[in-house]
Amino acid sequence: MSQGPILELRGINKSFGPVQVLHDVAFSAYPGEVTALVGDNGAGKSTLVKCIGGIYPIDSGEYYFEGERVQVNGPRDAAALGVEIVYQDLALCDNLDIVQNMFLGRERRSGLVLDEDTMEEMAAKTLAGLSVRTVKSLRQQVSSLSGGQRQTVAIAKAVLWNSKVVILDEPTAALGVAQTAQVLELVRRLADKGLAVVLISHNMNDVFAVADRIAALYLGRMAAQVKASEVTHSQVVELITAGRSGELGLKNGNGAAS
Amino acid sequence: MTTETLPKQDKADSAIGVHVKGYFERVKGGELGALPAVFGLVILCVVFSILRPAFLSAVNFANLFTQGAAVTVIAMGLIFVLLLGEIDLSAGFASGVCAAVLAVLLTLQGWPWYLAVLAAMVTGAVIGFVLGSLVAKLGIPSFVVTLAAFLAFQGVVLLLVKDGTNISIRDETILAIANKNIPPVIGWVGLIVGVVVYAALQLLQARRRTARGLVATPMAVIAARVVTLAVVAGAAVYVLNLERSRNAAIVSLKGVPIVVPLIVILLVVWTFVLRRTAYGRHIYAVGGNAEAARRAGINVDRIRISAFVICSFMASIGGIIAASRANSVDPNTGGSNVLLFAVGAAVIGGTSLFGGKGRALDAVLGGAVVAVIENGMGLMGYSAGVKYVVTGLVLLLAAGVDALSRKRAAATGRR
Ligand SMILES: Nc1ncnc2c1ncn2[C@@H]1O[C@H](COP(=O)(O)OP(=O)(O)OP(=O)(O)O)[C@@H](O)[C@H]1O
Ligand SMILES: [Mg+2]
Repeated sequence: MSQGPILELRGINKSFGPVQVLHDVAFSAYPGEVTALVGDNGAGKSTLVKCIGGIYPIDSGEYYFEGERVQVNGPRDAAALGVEIVYQDLALCDNLDIVQNMFLGRERRSGLVLDEDTMEEMAAKTLAGLSVRTVKSLRQQVSSLSGGQRQTVAIAKAVLWNSKVVILDEPTAALGVAQTAQVLELVRRLADKGLAVVLISHNMNDVFAVADRIAALYLGRMAAQVKASEVTHSQVVELITAGRSGELGLKNGNGAAS
Repeated sequence: MTTETLPKQDKADSAIGVHVKGYFERVKGGELGALPAVFGLVILCVVFSILRPAFLSAVNFANLFTQGAAVTVIAMGLIFVLLLGEIDLSAGFASGVCAAVLAVLLTLQGWPWYLAVLAAMVTGAVIGFVLGSLVAKLGIPSFVVTLAAFLAFQGVVLLLVKDGTNISIRDETILAIANKNIPPVIGWVGLIVGVVVYAALQLLQARRRTARGLVATPMAVIAARVVTLAVVAGAAVYVLNLERSRNAAIVSLKGVPIVVPLIVILLVVWTFVLRRTAYGRHIYAVGGNAEAARRAGINVDRIRISAFVICSFMASIGGIIAASRANSVDPNTGGSNVLLFAVGAAVIGGTSLFGGKGRALDAVLGGAVVAVIENGMGLMGYSAGVKYVVTGLVLLLAAGVDALSRKRAAATGRR
């Protein structure tokens, strides 16, 4: 694809108190492509994603969406742009059912009353559109679902809104082989539908299986963002562990900003 | 069209099986719902009526309602706070403060009843707003905030009613709430209207869902629900419409106590809010996973504060009912066992102390259990001391069932 990025971040800085977690990070996501975001534990992947989703305010930096500079001050702003995030800690309410979770915070109503029927129909359609057939009833509580099913619900929740960018934070971390394959298939399908998908994963096999681009974070700095076809497994591993690999990566591996 | 009707008919038949099976699966999985409360209620009623036949008399039956009304109403408000996994220990004395405000304005200041009632309710709402803000904005645990308020409100009641005296209530309208009945005919009309509206709503919903190809509640289940409601409520109205006066020639005493329709209206309103509005959905969401709710763009602080407002507001209504029933307000109004009974009622009814689970109906079911225990043991001549101990044990039992069913739910993957 020769399109420009739909989502682009430049020079993002984020600190928690005295600890600076993100340093001058640049990141882009392209429509129709899966961009893998990789990095060691604590590299700042989840933090970056939460900044994109408006969960954490950024200290400084620029946020572009479809080429326009935008301000994202909260989850609702991100959602309004069409950016949806499936969090590492799933953020589903166990005591609510599938439909209720999928529409949480954005319930359909007619007048004062919740329009349960329309919500159920839309949820069913979305799940069918993703070729999900593993859930028995849309009205079963999320607490009764398996890990893979929960992940599916969380992903379906993210695409329900005709979203343009879907970000998945380690969607396969807790899954078995078969369920991982299912979720990865789902991820690929989302991109093929034209969405920009960002996938965070520690598993290089998963990354190379579905990703078109790879962005590697190293100690809160963006070491490199490259096409998946142009790098090897070991290069990516080096980027993750040392911040550089040959020509690629940070000029000074130990992180003094370039 | 015709080709489609046949398989649908087929589906409807097996739908009953699925519905019933689903229910049993949920119960086995630890979602006991109303089961323990209904079960307890039946057993208690049987035991008491065998030991003390007077328990079954129409007079006593009417007593049960007026006796349990205040606690039930307070419990209904508490459920909102409990749904968030918070607690309001001050709800009892908040009702006392509101009752004292009512009494002072009504009796000492000579305000008309509606203004005094309004003032009491506003007092309740303001109390809730302050408590909720302290919990949500400052982040003080609700246990501590409301424990402090518990103590402070006890003092406020004392100050309002001037050191230990009591203020009697003479306003006819206020006294009527817990002491007068509605005419038998109106009782019947209300019952019929209620059952018909309930049936119509259920049928309309089922038809709408079937028309859209969604799974609807099977007809047989709807019929069972409507019949149960009609029989239970019908029996209650029938008994309450019997003559209760010892000397009917002089003064007739029959009809449904006014508190009953009052509770029914509150029950319907809060059930609607919890089950049919986005606000209600958000209450459950915050109670189930506050972080998920926040990420879904829900204003969690506002939900927290509003739950405390509803709780204290309902406490004010409970206080008004208590004042009406006692014909007066004294420093103990809303004190002693009121809070424990209200929390007990909610938990016995099936509301979880861990948050995220509960219904407005729980307050009514649990309130009934509490009222039956208090009333039955009173009839058997037990002292207040024994009653407290037993009620305390029942609360513990209910909380134990709650904790165990939660464990069970975790074990069966329902959490
Ligand atoms: N709310 C917070 N307050 C303070 N520090 C935080 C907070 N969230 C994250 N951090 C810190 O920021 C750093 C990056 O964390 P983050 O969760 O973004 O890492 P990650 O790349 O997602 O790691 P993992 O692969 O383990 O999920 C860590 O050092 C973490 O301790
Ligand atoms: Mg992470």
